[in-house]
Amino acid sequence: MISGKEGRDPARSGDAAVPRTDKRKMALAGVLLVIPVVALMWVGSYAKDEPELWGFPFFFWYQFVWVFLTSALTWTAYRLTLAARR
Amino acid sequence: MSALGVPVPLAAGDGVNWVAMSVLVALFLVVTVLGFLATRFRRAADMDSLDEWGLGGRRFGTWVTWFLLGGDLYTAYTFVAVPAAMFATGAVAGFFAVPYTIVLYPIIFLFMARLWSVSHRHGYVTPADFVRGRYDDRGLSLAVAVTGFVATMPYIALQLVGIQAVLEVAGLGGNDNVVVRDLPLLVAFAVLAAYTYSSGLRAPAVIAFVKDFLIYLVVIVAVIYLPSQVGGWDAVFGAASDKMATTSEATGKPTGVFLPGAGQYWAYATLALGSAMALFMYPHSVTASLSSDSRNTVRRNAAILPAYSFVLGLLALLGWVAIAAGTNPVGADGKPNAQLVIPQLFEDQFPAWFAGVAFAAVAIGALVPAAIMSIAAANTFTRNVYKEWIRKDATPAEEAKVSKLMSLVVKLFALVFVLTLDKQNAINFQLLGGVWILQTFPAIVFSLFTRWFHRWGLLAGWAVGMVYGTVAAYRVINPATGSHFGGSVADIPGIGEMGYIAMTAFVLNVVVAALVTLALNAAKVPNGRDHTAPADYFADKDDPRVQADLASEDDLTRTEPQT
Repeated sequence: MISGKEGRDPARSGDAAVPRTDKRKMALAGVLLVIPVVALMWVGSYAKDEPELWGFPFFFWYQFVWVFLTSALTWTAYRLTLAARR
Repeated sequence: MSALGVPVPLAAGDGVNWVAMSVLVALFLVVTVLGFLATRFRRAADMDSLDEWGLGGRRFGTWVTWFLLGGDLYTAYTFVAVPAAMFATGAVAGFFAVPYTIVLYPIIFLFMARLWSVSHRHGYVTPADFVRGRYDDRGLSLAVAVTGFVATMPYIALQLVGIQAVLEVAGLGGNDNVVVRDLPLLVAFAVLAAYTYSSGLRAPAVIAFVKDFLIYLVVIVAVIYLPSQVGGWDAVFGAASDKMATTSEATGKPTGVFLPGAGQYWAYATLALGSAMALFMYPHSVTASLSSDSRNTVRRNAAILPAYSFVLGLLALLGWVAIAAGTNPVGADGKPNAQLVIPQLFEDQFPAWFAGVAFAAVAIGALVPAAIMSIAAANTFTRNVYKEWIRKDATPAEEAKVSKLMSLVVKLFALVFVLTLDKQNAINFQLLGGVWILQTFPAIVFSLFTRWFHRWGLLAGWAVGMVYGTVAAYRVINPATGSHFGGSVADIPGIGEMGYIAMTAFVLNVVVAALVTLALNAAKVPNGRDHTAPADYFADKDDPRVQADLASEDDLTRTEPQT
């Protein structure tokens, strides 16, 4: 049960159904996904007090901003992957 | 506010908070009814298969999946432990949860659609099922399954700790009579076990709506209302900064961290990245993802789930609001217990009825993940141990039966674990579970993209990562108490920085896997048989090949969807 039937008919196996992919769009989507990871792993760039926003030290509001940026970047990457396989 | 160390427990001394308890019980009853009615939610012709009982028929759309995954990933324990860590030791141990739950989504975006497709195509229910199909290797599959199972158990136990924290603050923890003290928890868990047994994954899917609504309501009200009570956010950050800078009596060092200093950048970053990579290796995360109705549902959710991360960040800061408010979390045993800080803050600052709503949010917040985790652990046992090693010819109906029984056993074990052992054991094991589960990442995620790695290389890497991670975690000594498993951060050998043990073990794991792969490839050792085809990784819900399989009653373990 782990696999499909042995000796499937050829139309249902192999590379035939791998969708054609626009590699440039996929690469761009990949870049968009990597941006937040790099930005947030670079802790030295935001582990500071100033400038404050509404009483929040920079460290905190900056990471909250990345919640929204990442959401937008991920959505854009989603649209790109759809377009790349159209 | 009384001074720290006064042996009169606030909550227990005040007796039971009856108004809050009544609200809590009322909301719990609502959820119980919903849990049993959930069998009717997107009703199936019969529940006698793992696809129906364990994956809700694989038919949840974008919004149901959003609530289910949100309810699953952001657990009650998270809601209790993250603010507690902020309160006790500050930003590195607490606020890393925010970058963790941000970078999580780009990471799962990359691989979850492929896992969904290949699982849909072949009827896989667990990550170990996929590994089995990819290499035809029972050993590697068992390693992945056992790791997932063992890592999930303490996680379920910690959901109980979340419920206990609420009950203790509400005044039920102070009784010396074991039966009276633990009865509410026993009742809550018996009810949970009953509707999980009858409704399967549909129960947490329905309850997640209530849970998430309550959590959003409580956190938004708390974040708007509470800071104004203590002098605004300036005062909150000022109080936190002062507390973290004071010298701790136990260690002679500063109490905690206000902002990570230069020596803590690696720790903060590796904790976030390692936790993010680990989260979707847990069976319960995979279960909730595979229950969605198409490969793009998971991707869309990667873009909208960060809403929960925002709430989690606000909740983390409530740990510091508690500092400014002078919250004094003291357990029923009279000892200070940071884990109680959020329920205690709510009880001190809110009218009793709203404190009850907040308690219900945490308690119900424990039920959703506990249900999904027990289902996922049970599925893992059924598919990758029972069917693989004990009864090869188990029918789908038999699988569902074993899984349902196993979900009860798993919960019973978690209950015994929490009631008989020190809570610290559950916390230690959960910490270890995070280290362990990340070691299955190469076997699952790398294998989704390539078969370059040799199955025995992956197994060797896994073994080395497990041993290294366990030993390194054991060696971390808590500076205040002198006990082992004192934290999840240790020296990264060769770099001279402190980092998350799971990540160090993971790097070691990948290096060993690659070296062993090179050796085995050079010796021309066969790498198992691949039951998957490249196109399987792109299959979607209306895939004609899946439809053809369904029509021809292929050996996939699924029942035909009722439309």
